[in-house]
Amino acid sequence: MSKVITRLLLGTAIAAATVTAAAAQDKNVKIGVLTDLSGIYADLAGPGSTLAAQMAVEDSGLKAKGWTIDVISGDHQHKPDIGANLARQWFDREKMDMITDVPNSGVALAVNNVVKEKNGVYINSGGGTSDLTNAQCTPNTIHWTYDTYNLAYGTGTALTKAGGDSWFFLTADYAFGAALERDTTNALKAAGGKVTGSVKHPLNSSDFSSFLLQAQSSGAKVIGLANAGGDTSTSIKQAAEFGISKSQKMAALLLFLTDVKSIGLDLAQGLSFTETFYWDMNDGTREFSKRFSARSKGAAPPTMVQAGVYSGTLHYLKALEALGGNPHDGAKVVAKMKDMPTDDALFGKGSIQPNGRKIHPAYLFEVKKPSESKTPWDYYKLVATIPADQAFTPLDKSTCSLLKK
Amino acid sequence: MSINLQALSAQLLVGLINGSFYALLSLGLAVIFGMLNIINFAHGALYMMGAFVAYFLLNLAGIGYWPALFLAPIIVGIFGMILERTMLQWIANLDHLYGLLLTFGLALIIQGVFQNYFGSSGLPYAIPDALKGGVNLGFMFLPIYRGWVVIFSLVICIATWFLIERTRLGAYLRAATENPTLVRAFGINVPLMITLTYGLGVGLAALAGVLSAPINQVRPLMGADLIIVVFAVVVIGGMGSIMGSIITGFTLGIIEGLTKYFYPEASNTVVFVLMVLVLLVKPSGLTGRTT
Repeated sequence: MSKVITRLLLGTAIAAATVTAAAAQDKNVKIGVLTDLSGIYADLAGPGSTLAAQMAVEDSGLKAKGWTIDVISGDHQHKPDIGANLARQWFDREKMDMITDVPNSGVALAVNNVVKEKNGVYINSGGGTSDLTNAQCTPNTIHWTYDTYNLAYGTGTALTKAGGDSWFFLTADYAFGAALERDTTNALKAAGGKVTGSVKHPLNSSDFSSFLLQAQSSGAKVIGLANAGGDTSTSIKQAAEFGISKSQKMAALLLFLTDVKSIGLDLAQGLSFTETFYWDMNDGTREFSKRFSARSKGAAPPTMVQAGVYSGTLHYLKALEALGGNPHDGAKVVAKMKDMPTDDALFGKGSIQPNGRKIHPAYLFEVKKPSESKTPWDYYKLVATIPADQAFTPLDKSTCSLLKK
Repeated sequence: MSINLQALSAQLLVGLINGSFYALLSLGLAVIFGMLNIINFAHGALYMMGAFVAYFLLNLAGIGYWPALFLAPIIVGIFGMILERTMLQWIANLDHLYGLLLTFGLALIIQGVFQNYFGSSGLPYAIPDALKGGVNLGFMFLPIYRGWVVIFSLVICIATWFLIERTRLGAYLRAATENPTLVRAFGINVPLMITLTYGLGVGLAALAGVLSAPINQVRPLMGADLIIVVFAVVVIGGMGSIMGSIITGFTLGIIEGLTKYFYPEASNTVVFVLMVLVLLVKPSGLTGRTT
């Protein structure tokens, strides 16, 4: 009898030991790119974000070291419920480890809660709302690329100081627009400007003429576009058509490379805006962009959002490698990611703050004149660099609960 | 609330411009429904194709806006006629639902194909040189191009109405809908007429697409965004009523403009609220015949 028990115990011990060893050396990773595959942000994020994640997996070199890393993508259709459900399914059925991208702040916030509940890792690149690292921060979330504070601070402050001290906002009617308007209002008030009014438009509008006419009759010096993607490019085109851009300055608070292409340089020239990445910054960005556009749709170089997906995924994989295996414990991985300094060819050296905010320099760009643009996608002129420690919400002003000690 | 007359008149004018697109599109739908009894859900996709054909003509063949205004509706109209011959004619005698599902499926496929090749953020199409610039009306700066859209679509709407309600050809068409067997007995090729009518309806959609290309960007989803509103316009005006859809198109554009002035947040829903009200009071639409 005692022999049997000894054998049983021994067997159990061996089994347990194998399981523990397997957990430490588990080299299976699943990455989900939750994005807009078919709507107005599909060009600035979408399939390009999936490609960026795949390239990060390839560049990490982990596959050669015996890791199995799967990248899958899903379409949230700009609906928070669909996005949150898809994320939930991914965790429950696919054993997903990390979710990235998630443009559209409304969806981004919904997914934020799911990832925390399931203890996954959430590297948001496409969403803008600064709430992700303030009121809504979690130990599982890193907000990688940009946020509304960062855009507001860069563009809002620069334009106000350049004399544009009265603003009228054209705001997309969802979480992102509201956050961007709020943060820009704070930034321009701090710089001595004032807001004369604002109008909310539905997401994905095709006609902005009536909103633009309201902006025009407000007499504000600057019309701040607190919207993104197709909405921004349509508003700028139509503002030119109604002769508004001659009398008032248009401020695209969030402008992507793909938007500039669809507006055309004729109308877009002179627009100033803030981004944290541009393909033609240095040798590193150019080298990556060359590889990226060889595989992307329409040979487009990466946008800021897609670059962020690459950079975030790469850092995530570095952290997993440092941990020696995938612990399938989101909070633990995120803590490791925060401990390690970030470094890649696209955003340079940086770090992740305790509230989950990844910081790196931001750039104030201006769209080139058609005569200055030498090659396809040669659109931006660097005006100023905002150092990493000033580009994002200062830690003492962050309302993130993780910061309370 | 004090009323700013200047801003109000500007919004009304903008509403009229949008109304022109509603009118052109709902007119095409009304023609197709009235003559073929098909609820053409592919209308938005065909409108988008019109804009894309104009874009291709310009960028691949160097053919500008003015020829495109005629060529694009013809090209897309022929595409529509092929659709009618190969698919729609087989379900003409079935319930409306089949036509609706078939055309809806077609719309999704066409949009999907365009989206796959051209992305979603839109391609630029410049306003023709002759219509660049604008006039200062005192209360607003009216881009000449938009004024042109209003006038041109009014002309087209009235011409179409005249063609169907006041000419011999139109009389044949209407008779063919009413009693195809009898009309065929007079030696008239009814299936051909029906194909041509579908082509006409589709051509109107494509024409609206070309007109809108310089204003809105040429995007695969440009039609999908508009088609729902246009269907509401058709329902309010009365399914199949030509004049009804023209008048309702322009009127709803203006009502939308008013809403944008008084309560912008509701501007996307006001058309549907009206639709519900009209359906409650007069289920056949404002000018529709009860059958």
